[in-house]
Amino acid sequence: MSASSTTTDPAPRSALDARPEHSADNPLSVHAMTVAYHRKPVLWDVDYDAPPGSLVAIVGPNGAGKSTFIKACLGLIPSAAGTVEFWGKPYARARSKIGYVPQRETVDWDFPVSALDVVCMGLYRKIGWFKPVRRVHRDAAMESLAKMGLADYAHRQIAQLSGGQQQRVFLARALVQNADLYFMDEPFAGVDAATEAAIIDVLRELRSQGKTVIVVHHDLQTVPTYFDHAMLLNMRIVAVGPVGEVFTNANLHKTYGGRLTLLAEASEAVARAGKHKNPSKKSQSSSPTK
Amino acid sequence: MIPTLAQSLTQTQDEIPSLSDIFETITLRSGFNTNAVIIAATLLGIAAGIIGAFALLRKRSLTADALSHATLPGIAGAFLIASALGYAGRSLPILLIGATISGIIGVGFIHLILTKTRLKEDAAIGIVLSVFFGIGVVLLSVVQSTASSGAAGLNHFIYGQTAAMLTQDAITMGIIAIIAILIALIAMKEITAVCFNESFASVIGISAGVIDALILSLIVLVTVAGLQAVGLILIVAMLIIPPAAARFWTDRTKRLVILSAVIGALSGFVGSSMSALLPRKPAGAVIVLSAGCVFIISMLIAPRRGIIAQFIRNAQLKLRIAIDHTLEHKYAHPEKVQRSSLPLRIILRFKGFTNSLADSSSLTESGLRRGRRVRRNHMLWEQYLITQADIAPSHVDWSVDLVEHVLDEDLIHRLEHEIRASGLELEEVAR
Repeated sequence: MSASSTTTDPAPRSALDARPEHSADNPLSVHAMTVAYHRKPVLWDVDYDAPPGSLVAIVGPNGAGKSTFIKACLGLIPSAAGTVEFWGKPYARARSKIGYVPQRETVDWDFPVSALDVVCMGLYRKIGWFKPVRRVHRDAAMESLAKMGLADYAHRQIAQLSGGQQQRVFLARALVQNADLYFMDEPFAGVDAATEAAIIDVLRELRSQGKTVIVVHHDLQTVPTYFDHAMLLNMRIVAVGPVGEVFTNANLHKTYGGRLTLLAEASEAVARAGKHKNPSKKSQSSSPTK
Repeated sequence: MIPTLAQSLTQTQDEIPSLSDIFETITLRSGFNTNAVIIAATLLGIAAGIIGAFALLRKRSLTADALSHATLPGIAGAFLIASALGYAGRSLPILLIGATISGIIGVGFIHLILTKTRLKEDAAIGIVLSVFFGIGVVLLSVVQSTASSGAAGLNHFIYGQTAAMLTQDAITMGIIAIIAILIALIAMKEITAVCFNESFASVIGISAGVIDALILSLIVLVTVAGLQAVGLILIVAMLIIPPAAARFWTDRTKRLVILSAVIGALSGFVGSSMSALLPRKPAGAVIVLSAGCVFIISMLIAPRRGIIAQFIRNAQLKLRIAIDHTLEHKYAHPEKVQRSSLPLRIILRFKGFTNSLADSSSLTESGLRRGRRVRRNHMLWEQYLITQADIAPSHVDWSVDLVEHVLDEDLIHRLEHEIRASGLELEEVAR
């Protein structure tokens, strides 16, 4: 999808040529991406280069286009304009190095599959079209489940897992993909403390292996402790860079507008960053104060 | 009125076949044509069962209904065109090609309505289904008013009629069914991936568009294959009922597909056999009714997902809650007498929790243990809700017994600590 927009729209291409910093080392390079739903733009002119080996949080209010950004990068929804490249290549040629954790709510958890079946799906690309899942694949999937602490739940139907366990199944499926760049859409939403800890362990391990993880994140309080980089998004990029530099009061103001209650909490969180042990969930929608 | 109706019904009734006729038919010894039809109907049942399972998982069952109704204008139209061009209009391949084309056009219209307007799928399906069927009925009346005797058979495509099927018709139907079965089994892994999680499948390179087109083609194959035997009104039942019945028995895709195929095969076999024995009974309806019986039985008696099993589970849960509450109350307030129903008192006594049947009965050792445990877990839950609930607001099983399974040990220790710190007594329970 991204490749076709290069050919149909000459403007981004010339802009791309004019960017010397554009590098094949960057796992993700987004240039001039604009996405529209029903002719109403939801993302404007996004430029972003993800550095290798880092954990990146995408934060912003509801409707800011966080999920849209991920989906547009992955070609799940078409971009109206712009280019997306992975290590300097279009998506179709980098597919095997890209992992994805979609939002948990997007699937029907009553679907007749076991946790192990779901994790095996992460290997379908490696297995190939029309070829059967073999023992090696099941063993690899099992290993990945065990890593997420779910070895005992492998043969349960997914409806019989708790929300946190379901999220860990999705993580296990992404891990078994053995990708170099991961996109995760709200992996921390509505999970228990044990799952949150398990996920953050996985993220850190991925980073230590030099992989990049881009995470849509809701909880501003944990951004400074969990992530290296942050992208503050509200239909356009407000600020992007190392958390210490961009996660400032002023930038948060620009991102979240007049939602003052939330901002007060957020800046408090920044101040306390690192000391916080047991974060509680505060969603943006729960702060109606203007 | 009623006697006349009954009389007219008895007049059209078939003679009841002898046992030896039944035996000959179901063991495939009653003539080549009958056998061919029965085998083909069984194959159709397998194909519909497998493909129906995927349609169910992709939530596309009703699209199949619109598709099958939309085949009628194609059948009548193909007959008219072929006759006008001087071919034999009744030729099965020509009719089936016509059916396929108009069925696909019908689905195309659904897609058009969904993408270009704000109407939702139910409306789109309803519109296409009825309008195409209406066109078909009109064309059919044109056929009947103009064409020769060769047109008479077209009515069979609406309700299905195995008795009128020729051997070569049965072979055509069987071959189409086998093709559909093979394609479905080969692509099962990819279809399952898209049905479960479309976006993930797309990311790993399994395009939802391609798989949806494949599922649709398979539905077209089954529909077209089953037109003659089952008819376009009821063919959708062969796609929906077997997988829906199978779903009660299993929660694995592979088993669902196999079981659905078995139920479909059984319905096809029973329905076409009965139709061979009782030629006035429409095979399509009998096939569908056979599947319907399996569905109703499954819905009632299936373990875990069946209605009876669920009823029993609910009753057990209610009973356990009643027992727990009574024991907790007796444990916490031994001096107060709480009234409870006689059955409950009998159960408590029978389980060895109380010493007598009276409301005022004291607890036995095991009753005390159970009451202590319930009390402790209740306190833990309360503390959890007060202090921790914002961590996991959803997906918590509130059953008291499960506290150790739902909350991790660390958290339980913390809760215990908090309860003690607040000055409340917390019973020790050996874990």
